[in-house]
Amino acid sequence: MPGKLKVKIVAGRHLPVMDRASDLTDAFVEVKFGNTTFKTDVYLKSLNPQWNSEWFKFEVDDEDLQDEPLQITVLDHDTYSANDAIGKVYIDIDPLLYSEAATVISGWFPIYDTIHGIRGEINVVVKVDLFNDLNRFRQSSCGVKFFCTTSIPKCYRAVIIHGFVEELVVNEDPEYQWIDRIRTPRASNEARQRLISLMSGELQRKIGLKVLEMRGNAVVGYLQCFDLEGESGLVVRAIGTACTLDKLSSPAAFLPACNSPSKEMKESPLVHPPSHGCRSTHNSPIHTATGSRLTQNFSVSVPTLIYTGMGSGSAGKEGGPFKALLRQQTQSALEQRGGSPHRFCRRREFPFFTLTAFPPGFLVHVGGVVSARSVKLLDRIHNPAFVGIMGNTRSYKLLDWNSFNSDEPETRDAWWAEIRQEIKSHAKALGCHAVVGYSESTSICEEVCILSASGTAAVLNPRFLQDGTVEGCLEQRLEENLSTRCGFCHIPYDELNMPFPAHLTYCYNCRKQKVPDVLFTTIDLPTDATVIGKGCLIQARLCRLKKKAQAEANATAISNLLPFMEYEVHTQLMNKLKLKGMNALFGLRIQITVGENMLMGLASATGVYLAALPTPGGIQIAGKTPNDGSYEQHISHMQKKINDTIAKNKELYEINPPEISEEIIGSPIPEPRQRSRLLRSQSESSDEVTELDLSHGKKDAFVLEIDDTDAMEDVHSLLTDVPPPSGFYSCNTEIMPGINNWTSEIQMFTSVRVIRLSSLNLTNQALNKNFNDLCENLLKSLYFKLRSMIPCCLCHVNFTVSLPEDELIQVTVTAVAITFDKNQALQTTKTPVEKSLQRASTDNEELLQFPLELCSDSLPSHPFPPVKEHLESASSNSGIPAAQRATSVDYSSFADRCSSWIELIKLKAQTIRRGSIKTTVTVEKASPVGDGNFRNRSAPPCANSTVGVVKMTPLSFIPGAKITKYLGIINMFFIRETTSLREEGGVSGFLHAFIAEVFAMVRAHVAALGGNAVVSYIMKQCVFMENPNKNQAQCLINVSGDAVVFVRESDLEVVSSQQPTTNCQSSCTEGEVTT
Amino acid sequence: MTSELDIFVGNTTLIDEDVYRLWLDGYSVTDAVALRVRSGILEQTGATAAVLQSDTMDHYRTFHMLERLLHAPPKLLHQLIFQIPPSRQALLIERYYAFDEAFVREVLGKKLSKGTKKDLDDISTKTGITLKSCRRQFDNFKRVFKVVEEMRGSLVDNIQQHFLLSDRLARDYAAIVFFANNRFETGKKKLQYLSFGDFAFCAELMIQNWTLGAVGEAPIDLDSQMDDMDMDLDKEFLQDLKELKVLVADKDLLDLHKSLVCTALRGKLGVFSEMEANFKNLSRGLVNVAAKLTHNKDVRDLFVDLVEKFVEPCRSDHWPLSDVRFFLNQYSASVHSLDGFRHQALWDRYMGTLRGCLLRLYHD
Repeated sequence: MPGKLKVKIVAGRHLPVMDRASDLTDAFVEVKFGNTTFKTDVYLKSLNPQWNSEWFKFEVDDEDLQDEPLQITVLDHDTYSANDAIGKVYIDIDPLLYSEAATVISGWFPIYDTIHGIRGEINVVVKVDLFNDLNRFRQSSCGVKFFCTTSIPKCYRAVIIHGFVEELVVNEDPEYQWIDRIRTPRASNEARQRLISLMSGELQRKIGLKVLEMRGNAVVGYLQCFDLEGESGLVVRAIGTACTLDKLSSPAAFLPACNSPSKEMKESPLVHPPSHGCRSTHNSPIHTATGSRLTQNFSVSVPTLIYTGMGSGSAGKEGGPFKALLRQQTQSALEQRGGSPHRFCRRREFPFFTLTAFPPGFLVHVGGVVSARSVKLLDRIHNPAFVGIMGNTRSYKLLDWNSFNSDEPETRDAWWAEIRQEIKSHAKALGCHAVVGYSESTSICEEVCILSASGTAAVLNPRFLQDGTVEGCLEQRLEENLSTRCGFCHIPYDELNMPFPAHLTYCYNCRKQKVPDVLFTTIDLPTDATVIGKGCLIQARLCRLKKKAQAEANATAISNLLPFMEYEVHTQLMNKLKLKGMNALFGLRIQITVGENMLMGLASATGVYLAALPTPGGIQIAGKTPNDGSYEQHISHMQKKINDTIAKNKELYEINPPEISEEIIGSPIPEPRQRSRLLRSQSESSDEVTELDLSHGKKDAFVLEIDDTDAMEDVHSLLTDVPPPSGFYSCNTEIMPGINNWTSEIQMFTSVRVIRLSSLNLTNQALNKNFNDLCENLLKSLYFKLRSMIPCCLCHVNFTVSLPEDELIQVTVTAVAITFDKNQALQTTKTPVEKSLQRASTDNEELLQFPLELCSDSLPSHPFPPVKEHLESASSNSGIPAAQRATSVDYSSFADRCSSWIELIKLKAQTIRRGSIKTTVTVEKASPVGDGNFRNRSAPPCANSTVGVVKMTPLSFIPGAKITKYLGIINMFFIRETTSLREEGGVSGFLHAFIAEVFAMVRAHVAALGGNAVVSYIMKQCVFMENPNKNQAQCLINVSGDAVVFVRESDLEVVSSQQPTTNCQSSCTEGEVTT
Repeated sequence: MTSELDIFVGNTTLIDEDVYRLWLDGYSVTDAVALRVRSGILEQTGATAAVLQSDTMDHYRTFHMLERLLHAPPKLLHQLIFQIPPSRQALLIERYYAFDEAFVREVLGKKLSKGTKKDLDDISTKTGITLKSCRRQFDNFKRVFKVVEEMRGSLVDNIQQHFLLSDRLARDYAAIVFFANNRFETGKKKLQYLSFGDFAFCAELMIQNWTLGAVGEAPIDLDSQMDDMDMDLDKEFLQDLKELKVLVADKDLLDLHKSLVCTALRGKLGVFSEMEANFKNLSRGLVNVAAKLTHNKDVRDLFVDLVEKFVEPCRSDHWPLSDVRFFLNQYSASVHSLDGFRHQALWDRYMGTLRGCLLRLYHD
């Protein structure tokens, strides 16, 4: 009996009126955990009942604690008829199970009903007493921390990064059970919500066990997804990266683990992964029992499509063997289990990492994007999956679920294993032994399912992966390599033995190693990368019509279309990247969505100009009929437009790379044909190439052939992408490359749009245009809505496309808008960490009033413009004559170091300056408080709202604040259904209210855990179905994130300068500002 | 391609003040979009009409969802669905309960019943305020009235507590509730020149001095006190006012009063002769108004009477406001020198308020 769960029901408020006669409610509460239920007394005739119950105690196994949610049901007591349910609250008690997270869950939770939405709130207190249990065969994994964040969480240090963990569980979907015929939609929805909650708990526990087995203590980059497969069931699957994390007591600089060399290294070459030789691309059906299951496989290796340049030449002589050695080290590190070698198991099969940002030095080289897709048939039974959900037309089929279930997880496991194998072999082909920024997704339409996986092939520093370490000389080499900021751009593969034709040059930064001309990755921009200018969001959008078909024919049609789609998506990305004058993509995410009569492809990425990579050439347009005069004119007009756009974009994104003459770079790579060529499709490759005039532009100019109207359309669509209005930037990575001075205002939002296509004679072109317009208009709307935040940047812009019905396209966007300080928009390569460290050091000196030489040196070299402004504004406030102060500024700015006398004055000046900074701080803090008081007087009750502010962001951090504690993972699943769609404001009103409610429930849970923000928030699923004729709609939403406590940096500083009064004031102001 | 669904939900609810105003003013989405286009927002932001349409729809939907909460503002503060900064919450509430001068003049003093609600069509046509906006304002009046009707204690405080309004707006609502409760006639043609501010000023004075709450201590005979402290006039006081009749009924007293006033004001008043000639009429008018207040009908006509009996005669003789002030001050003060008159306190309670009201009502 390793745990005791204690629950207390305190009170309710804003309950709905359940008794029409008295306009009141007789409410009571049922508290259920596992199979035990407790009840409170009935609180008669009140909409704000005060139950103040005793502590309900549940004695349970910790296994149950992990799997089961606490279920609280609020009911209206009825003497004569059945009690009416008001609504429910599900509380995931997982955060209480590990020591560093929350200790108590206490607060107001919205009471949620799947038919009526939120109906009042209930105040609940939950505690857990855990007893130590040393049973090593236990099934629970209490204590393993989970993070959605795809980087090492801010207040932790990674000791070891163990690697990939994955698991999936399968169950029948309650919506498709026979009992669904006779129960109410509410009961069906609740069964589903509860089941998914249970399954997530179980999944998390199982993953936790795997982590414990690997001797890790945490999962970072935890991504859990649901596949609603309809008739064939419900799959909950998760992937993550197992780590051993250490809590940082102080924000010290990151130090990677550096253990003594162990003998395990010597054994490592002997340990071969069992996967060798098992690479399967076209496998036979694994489960013949399930009938004619189609397992036609399909995969595309991305880099082979991206790099279509010609490149040859000799390798850097030192580079080759070194890389080989490094690769070997990494591989062995990855394929070996941390700890005892005899416990080797197949988990190490996949050297994948779900992280997108890494500790410095972790990432050695990046090869490129690897992706694999596979089309599967879910079940032989044809049944319209999602039509069945809409109330009356539920399925009447009775299936033998038991026999069906038994083979289900294995099937799904095998499917994913297959895809992962493929990814792994692609990575190997790129000379890499690891895949970072790895993610998996599915798209399901009826019985067809596309499984996709993608990541970035990379070479990693083995030091982080195990306890052992590499030999001295290698380490030295590594250090050398890592000391440069361009290391990750260098190719990991051999120049002589390239996996695909690529165009290589010497790195523009270190000039020692080779780099490709373009780099695509799925990860975030490494913090130490040198970037020129700012980045921008680049999207490729594509639709392809497909004939309606069934089963195998359908799956075949889809898999035949997929390669063309991938190819076109990449072409578009490449063209748009060139058009922006940039040379690298980060955070690339390609989503292929399958519908009944079409396929959609949407790729989003953040384009940047990496200083280490060569300047991209322009785009050349070539016509097919060169003799036609007017056509020629048209072409040249178009060419001019493209050139203008490139020039404009370079200006817009501030891309001014330093001019480097060819001689300095040295061009050891002989280039007989100095160009690369982009082909519309393989079949069109003709000998026209030689006819093209390529004298214009640089050696690697990009050629677009205009040979048909399709190509024309493409060029047009290139030019129709409108840049965001001035003051706006957007990216889909964590932060915008080139902007460092974030201010504290953030606004997270979700926007959903559904358009109906006119079904008449849809062509690919019209479809593309519609889809393009949809996305562009959506972005335009966002820019307009958030215009009050200018200057600001939309970060982590995450588009999801789904095709809920024949003629409907649904696009969901979640992103966060962050303001930044335009005046400070200096291009610095300083990372935020460095900056804060710097600030911390100057703070300390201020505190000590200890003018070190270091300080006097650092200040002029890093002038903080705002400090000067404060100084000037403060001069009128303090007693020191302004003139004197002015001289002091002069001295510190233009100090002449030759004279020691001047040094002395300078030191004095800085002392004065410090003093003045302090006065400004107090003045600044005081004034808004006065303001607040004034407001208090004018509207007294408004100021003391009881609802605390909870921030939400898809990013892993909160600008201007420090995360002090992670409280646990938030993973919630909600269903909302209505049978009065018109009355609730139509589809828009229905979904608007539902999303607002989901936000509210996430915030309430975070607040109850004692947190004030959710980071790495993601809406993983938003499945919306409507049936306007029946006045019905249903929506399923799945969200997750990490609940955290954050403290404003400004507060921290004030605390450190030991001014309790100011601190108090600033936290008051804080309330004003953030709320 | 048609947009089936188009929504935007922020973690912090976005409130566009301009759109909120348009929504409060009762414009349809189409009209609001047209008005926004006319404001030049498209040129400023480079947006398209479609973007504006979608944005307006979004805001309207949000406001529609918020409206339920705005009906009980404390709910807006405690609800969890919309995360709104306190300053914005205050703005939402304040603007929602704000009303148009033109509208309030139409319904001031009317019974806040279904019957009046039916007349909103006419009011809308007459004032040019959209029917939707009229309904909102009328419902606000009625809602506030219903909530504070049965409550004891200060009217302004009650309103402020239950509707979280600013001090100023709460005072205005107190006046509206007070007028509605006592059904003062304000619609007569004679009274058209008066603004809502004039009435609100009078209402405040009357609440302060003429209601039960004004007596200071709560009435001791609790058993009979079903009246609301601030909403109803002090019945006893009104009864007592009959005693003032002696000031005009007793000829000696009237003459003495007149001579006291005339002596004091001689040479100080530009309109002295007119005052002297009219004194008895004016005094009779003012005292008779007091004496009649026992009848509900006459209470309702209070303002009509005041204008007829005092404001109009003075205005026809072109009294400057300063002279009216001199006169009223002296007129009230002189009573203290009338030895035969015993109701000094009563007179002060009556005349103190009335003087304030009359001075406010005396303008063109």
